[in-house]
Amino acid sequence: MENLLWIILSPLAGFAISGLAGKYLPKGTTGWIASLAVLVSFVLSFSLFNGLLSNPAAIKKEYFTFIGSGNFHVNFALSVDRLTAMMMLIVTGIGFLIHVYSISYMHSDEGFYKFFAFLNLFIFNMLILIMGSNFLMLFFGWEGVGLCSYLLIGFWYQNEAYGKAARKAFVMNRIGDLGLLIGIFLIAWQFGSLDYDKVLDPAKLVAIAPGMITAICVLLFIGAMGKSAQIPLYTWLPDAMAGPTPVSALIHAATMVTAGIYLVVRTHVLFDMSVFAREFVLIIGLCTSILAALIGLKQNDIKKVLAYSTVSQLGFMFIALGSQAYVAAMFHLTTHAFFKALLFLGSGSVIHALDGEQDIRKMGGLRKAMPITFWTFLLGTLAICGFPYFSGFFSKDEILAEVYKHNVVLWALCVGSAGLTCIYMLRVLIVTFWGTFRGSEEQKHHLHESPALITIPLVILAVLSVFGGILNLPPLLSDSIAHGMHHFLSPALNLAEVPEELSPLSQLNLVVVTVVVLALAFWYVRHKYIAKQVVPETDDAMSGMGKVMANKFYVDEIFDASLVEPIEKTSDFTYKWLDRKWIDGLVNSFGKIANAMSNLYGKMQNGNLEYYLLYMVAGIILIVGYNLMK
Amino acid sequence: MGNSIFDQLPISQYIYLCCVLFAIGLFGVLYRRNAIVLLMCIELMLNAVNLLFAAFSSYMGDSNGQVFVFFIMVVAAAEAAVGLAILVMMYRNTRSTDVSLMDKLKG
Repeated sequence: MENLLWIILSPLAGFAISGLAGKYLPKGTTGWIASLAVLVSFVLSFSLFNGLLSNPAAIKKEYFTFIGSGNFHVNFALSVDRLTAMMMLIVTGIGFLIHVYSISYMHSDEGFYKFFAFLNLFIFNMLILIMGSNFLMLFFGWEGVGLCSYLLIGFWYQNEAYGKAARKAFVMNRIGDLGLLIGIFLIAWQFGSLDYDKVLDPAKLVAIAPGMITAICVLLFIGAMGKSAQIPLYTWLPDAMAGPTPVSALIHAATMVTAGIYLVVRTHVLFDMSVFAREFVLIIGLCTSILAALIGLKQNDIKKVLAYSTVSQLGFMFIALGSQAYVAAMFHLTTHAFFKALLFLGSGSVIHALDGEQDIRKMGGLRKAMPITFWTFLLGTLAICGFPYFSGFFSKDEILAEVYKHNVVLWALCVGSAGLTCIYMLRVLIVTFWGTFRGSEEQKHHLHESPALITIPLVILAVLSVFGGILNLPPLLSDSIAHGMHHFLSPALNLAEVPEELSPLSQLNLVVVTVVVLALAFWYVRHKYIAKQVVPETDDAMSGMGKVMANKFYVDEIFDASLVEPIEKTSDFTYKWLDRKWIDGLVNSFGKIANAMSNLYGKMQNGNLEYYLLYMVAGIILIVGYNLMK
Repeated sequence: MGNSIFDQLPISQYIYLCCVLFAIGLFGVLYRRNAIVLLMCIELMLNAVNLLFAAFSSYMGDSNGQVFVFFIMVVAAAEAAVGLAILVMMYRNTRSTDVSLMDKLKG
């Protein structure tokens, strides 16, 4: 199957063409070339997917040796099983839509060709990450997407704050990557191989000490924490909104940030062995989900709300992983990719129409000016809220049911978090699209629906967001196509053919509770933002808890005070005192001594013969005198 | 070993004389700038040493010192030949025998 190679080579070729020749091609061409490259990958992925539908055996292909040392070999090898195929469809499918969207969104940008080169490079790396058949390939892709994320967050690098956001993302990811890397080292040490086939073999795992497996799991999860923005490494993701909106949609909502989920699902055999690691994942996911949702309640930048929402939803996926509901996590990953990409692209359409305005307090009443954006955004919001029969409803309920099986208290907290999700998303929706326009007259004059290249991806994603739930319906609703995703993924994940089910009654009860909570949230938001037409207060008018939440619980400030400042102070101290004063001082004083001595002796070398003779005689006298004195 | 006047002089007298001759030669080398005088002063120093060798040879009754004298005379002759040749070349180039003009090699 040479197809495998073409899937990754196509975006790479797109990157090379856009990157090298983009400057000389007519504007707009690069966008289409890049989109085409991703489309090729998508079509090939789809044919692979079709093949896997009938035959679940993974397709493997080895190309060359990355590292060969004695008995230890790591190959550049690709492997596609059903899990990978699903991720590939998400990455290339949504990636393609966002490429097309970007052609219009970025059309007036100077770095148009550069943007598409980076996007294609990102797709290439993401495909390597998910298609690699060993941990080294995964790490390769992992670092590659990190690089692209950095490049694209800092795409408008002339703005210093954006550059700093890019650096922050890079550094925070680095911390997680270190965990991942150490985890991979431990795997190589314990298993003598990095191939998934050899490492993730339950029969072999028995021989490894449980403590070691826990350590590996926790370290891998630390890597996932960085990439998938979990506490404490999540603060980079909201700042990453500095990048162009399509980047936020593609990298920081739909694909790259789900790499952590993919990693845990891929290595779930290890996590199955370690209760501690699973509990750790669960707790971190839950805390992140609630904290991010609380912060999201009070953000006024439309993209920041979506960013915190992403962090919160990723937390949800980790909750599912922590309760061993791997399919539920993948299901939520998929639906989240649909509706979060939709919401980001929708917000991009709004920002585009308002000429760069991102503050929802300066929007309002956009419902009539931008009907398509409004309707798709509405559908996306309902999907993420978990409105019954929308995709988010099924995926979130599945996670909630799994958590309920695990622990009732955690379940209650998750339901609360889901309610918060509903509140902050509806708040954004209503404040942006209802009421009267609060921007400037000039903006009002310019208000317009976005062009077709922007609205068509929105519509496609809206359809997916609404109907995405079909992928994995609960049997309560339909027996014939129930658990579609579970059946599809179970061979790749070694799961039972039919999942363990709660009784229909308790399932129904859970759904009712969730729906009631959602209804309460709806009522609250309607009361506050539609009936009373409350506009979020200005930054100065905030007080109490609201201010704390709007300031993100001062987490950035706490990190600054507890980590960044001490490090800066220390490096300042070592720089100014240790390095400049002592080490440089010492080295420089050697130089000064040599200089002074050479000045002295240089004067003796005056070229005059008598002086040389005099020195010689003086020397002889000294030597002879010394010997006589002895 | 007879009764010549040289034998009757104590060795210390020779040493004094040689030191004075050597010192004269040395100071000549250091303070004169004329290359010819320089060469002459070097000869003077060499001969002061020669005289001392001969005196000690006679005093110790050992002929090795006199052998050294011959060697030194040979070296001195060679040195004078080379030195004078350099001097001639120097005079042709600079129209002078002043060694202080020869300072082109300073660092």
